[in-house]
Amino acid sequence: MHEAWTFSDYILLVIGAIFVNNILLAQFLGNCPFLGVSRKMETATGMAMAVIFVMTLAGIITWIVQTYVLVPLRLEYLQTIFFILIIAALVQLVEMFLQKSFPALYQALGIFLPLITTNCAVLGVAVINIREELTFLQTVVYSFASAVGYGFALILFTGIREQLEVSGIPDFMKGTAIGLVTAGLLSLAFFGFAGMVG
Amino acid sequence: MSESPLWTVSVSPHIKSGESVERIMWTVVGCLLPPLILSVFIFGFQTLIITLVSVGACVATEAITQKLFHRPITIRDGSAVITGLLLAYIIPPGVPYWIPVLGAVMAVYVAKHLLGGIGFNIFNPALIGRAFLVATFPVAMTSAWLPPIRDASIFKYMGPGIDAISTATPLYVLKHYGIQAVIEKFGSMSTIYGDFFIGWRPGCIGETSALLLLLGGLYLLYKRYITWHIPVSVIVTIAFLTWVFGGEKLFAGSPLLAILSGGVMLGAFFMATDYVTSPSQPTGKLIFGAGIGALTVLIRFKGGYPEGICYAILLMNPLAPALEGWFRPRRFAPEKGAFK
Repeated sequence: MHEAWTFSDYILLVIGAIFVNNILLAQFLGNCPFLGVSRKMETATGMAMAVIFVMTLAGIITWIVQTYVLVPLRLEYLQTIFFILIIAALVQLVEMFLQKSFPALYQALGIFLPLITTNCAVLGVAVINIREELTFLQTVVYSFASAVGYGFALILFTGIREQLEVSGIPDFMKGTAIGLVTAGLLSLAFFGFAGMVG
Repeated sequence: MSESPLWTVSVSPHIKSGESVERIMWTVVGCLLPPLILSVFIFGFQTLIITLVSVGACVATEAITQKLFHRPITIRDGSAVITGLLLAYIIPPGVPYWIPVLGAVMAVYVAKHLLGGIGFNIFNPALIGRAFLVATFPVAMTSAWLPPIRDASIFKYMGPGIDAISTATPLYVLKHYGIQAVIEKFGSMSTIYGDFFIGWRPGCIGETSALLLLLGGLYLLYKRYITWHIPVSVIVTIAFLTWVFGGEKLFAGSPLLAILSGGVMLGAFFMATDYVTSPSQPTGKLIFGAGIGALTVLIRFKGGYPEGICYAILLMNPLAPALEGWFRPRRFAPEKGAFK
């Protein structure tokens, strides 16, 4: 991944992150907020926006920290702890920002904004960036595209769940159970993209 | 008081057509039978057994599920029979007989009844069954193809030794070896078009005969059980995109080969048009069909599978409610608040 990348390579990276290796439906990261906020379209859209913001920023900052702090100091073994701290601090920042600037969105997200702290998809993308030895620009593109893929899957899934609300699901399947089954079916559909890029 | 009244007072609807879910479902079953009969002559008698196993498993799963859920048992409405037929039609003719049973349980129990039963399934149950089987038994589901029988010896493939005679589908050959290899394997272009149109080519059990599927689809159109929007937009999109991107250079692909191979006819007429999993308004239908066509071509050219219409329909299914919402017909009544 060290040769100069052309524009079409970046397009492939984006398509791969959104559809082929979708962070939710192909890599199964970040499932708790996926099931938690997917009951209403407003919260899902808000969550998608928050994740896009946090994930891109977290990807960039963790990459910088890894490259210019951890590697020169030979502290790579502290990667996980560092990344978790960075993401937690970042979420706090976003929370304060939203509270002051977009109170309505802040109210709508409620508990789910702090929950991004423990959204393993954010940490996952940050770690994947390093593991795949992406350059800075690739990190920016990949983090953003992964977050868009997350939002895409979340909104698609919320549309399904809103429809399921009015269907006659058997009592023992209501709630999270049917959510997991539906997510599995959606993931099965996403198998169609397998093998498409890289 | 016992004499019959001169007129009856009732709530609407007052005009009744005699149509019902049962009637539509059994008509679709009727339209699906000719390809099955032909498939016995193309791939041998075991296709009939696979289909019967699949239908039986679907009906049994439906009955057992509804019994366990304490719901009315509705196996007479024909929807489980259709699921069973469609599931059998999209699996290769050389698979072991127990394979459709697992697909049937996945299709009817998980994809249909766990989500609330008929009318509530988000995804087409038969396609979920197939996607599940492909993910679980990739070798059997992607290599158990049989060369067509030419001499009407329909019991040729019964019994052991079936693995030794497997072949490749036209789309597989096209994807991995190019158009020249297709011509070498299946004869000149005109032979290919003739054979593929009638159904004499390797493929899934019920997808090969474009002619019979087309006739069945046209009958459904004539009965107005389906509209032209989805099938036409699926087929036109696949033909157009293949023509543009399918060849060595731009505008050199073979659109006719593209729509005569794979499961295009079966998918376009009998699967994409499922009432529950597709939009109901014309604009939404056109976009739904175009999306299926585009995804099919994308998976065929760039994806890991030779044929993509199964996944294309599954990927568009969850978008149906959104398409329904975005392309709502204009209100006939004045807009809300027009008289304020």
